[in-house]
Amino acid sequence: MKSHFKRIIEKGIREDGRKFDEYRKIKIEQGVSKSAEGSARVMIGETEVIAGVKMSLEKPFPDTEEEGILMVSSELLPLSSPDFEPGPPSIKSIELSRVVDRAIRESKVMDMKKLCVTKGEEVWAVIVDIYPINDSGNLFDAASIAAIAALKDAKIPSVKDGKVDYKKKGTKALPLKKEIPVECTVCLIGNKFLVDPTYKEEEVVEARLTVGTIGKELCAMQKGGSKELTEEQINEMINIAVKKTDELRKHLK
Amino acid sequence: MTYKRKNNRKYDELRPMEAKVGVIKRADGSAMFKIGGTTAIAAVYGPRELYPGHLQNPQKGVLRCNYNMLAFSGSGDRVRPGPSRRSKEISLVTENALNPALILDKFDNSVIDVFIEMTNTDAGTRCAGITAASLALADAGIPMKDLVAAVSVGKIKDALVVDLDYDEDSYEEGVDLPVAMMVNSEKITLVQMDGLIKKEEVIQAIKNVKKALKKVHKVQVNALKEKYAK
Repeated sequence: MKSHFKRIIEKGIREDGRKFDEYRKIKIEQGVSKSAEGSARVMIGETEVIAGVKMSLEKPFPDTEEEGILMVSSELLPLSSPDFEPGPPSIKSIELSRVVDRAIRESKVMDMKKLCVTKGEEVWAVIVDIYPINDSGNLFDAASIAAIAALKDAKIPSVKDGKVDYKKKGTKALPLKKEIPVECTVCLIGNKFLVDPTYKEEEVVEARLTVGTIGKELCAMQKGGSKELTEEQINEMINIAVKKTDELRKHLK
Repeated sequence: MTYKRKNNRKYDELRPMEAKVGVIKRADGSAMFKIGGTTAIAAVYGPRELYPGHLQNPQKGVLRCNYNMLAFSGSGDRVRPGPSRRSKEISLVTENALNPALILDKFDNSVIDVFIEMTNTDAGTRCAGITAASLALADAGIPMKDLVAAVSVGKIKDALVVDLDYDEDSYEEGVDLPVAMMVNSEKITLVQMDGLIKKEEVIQAIKNVKKALKKVHKVQVNALKEKYAK
């Protein structure tokens, strides 16, 4: 079955008839969880991911006394795929959250200094939790879009007597730049590059490269899969990712 | 009539409900159930082989439920990911609430996994979870005697009210009494309670909740019809 799949891809055919650089239909919905400070649901085809932002007042890290705290976490819910099992975070979920985290952190999209309340004493911690609801492939890109959409949706909660009042929704948005980071994962199957794999295509992916971009710059990369890549292949993959992230960003306007 | 509910809700009035089946394509069965500000989604995987082997039952299939709140779904602070004593207990009572409705004797040595996730909450989560899970099991085609519907009933001041929201649930001297029932046969599969209440009031509360459960059941049936009776 797997080799058959690989063979038809090498012949230039995808299971759903898409072009190799074509995404499935993308839908973004914000404010999907009222209990979160910000939230978003992203659908790429049948793949569904939701992300939520919770905020709290914390003591800053000693080496960044004037900066807020950002944390990105994910859990591959066994609800979303027969392949995921309950238990402590799997290596796959750790990689997913770290790749998304890297693009947000390194793009400097969020002004961490503006999240400082009292230097060395109190800063805002912004925690983004990402959950797949249905894994029909390409969780990386869906998660990266969901995280950004949730951050854009978030409002800083109001504070009463030094304590966060979660009941009263805030009005102030997070200090985000206008330009936002987005990630695109380019996959190598046989001798073909493709984006937005279905879960069946993911089973035969030999190598992948996730590239995060902001504006005209790259902000994060991660190679996955066990196959080696040549310099030319990496260049080609970056070119595809830059082009596709520009397209993906348009959905987030 | 001393106690007045939010939005002029009547004592026996449920919050607006919504249900949909088949919301998770990769699952064998799935459902979403929403009641007021509480949304539960449930997915069923199985029957599939149960590991480790010593958990298998050679006579019938095993139902395994897993209740969880997404980290951002709580009413206050972030909920720490991973199982807690609370979520484990809810998983257990959910299993007990659903099991009597299932016919599992054809699924020896297998497991039917039910995963329940709360995406946002305003009290009544275990009941919403059970209601969604029952729908997901039906969607998965697991043989069932009946659907299970669940809702909480409670006492605030002197009023017996159904479907408590978060403010009512956290009312200091309030009573919360979640009930699940196989609606057609009127057999009760879940009862829990916390708070101080008179015996007569408990009897009355359980009587009241039946009417409410019929309304939940109607929403369940309509959701199944929408997918299967078109």
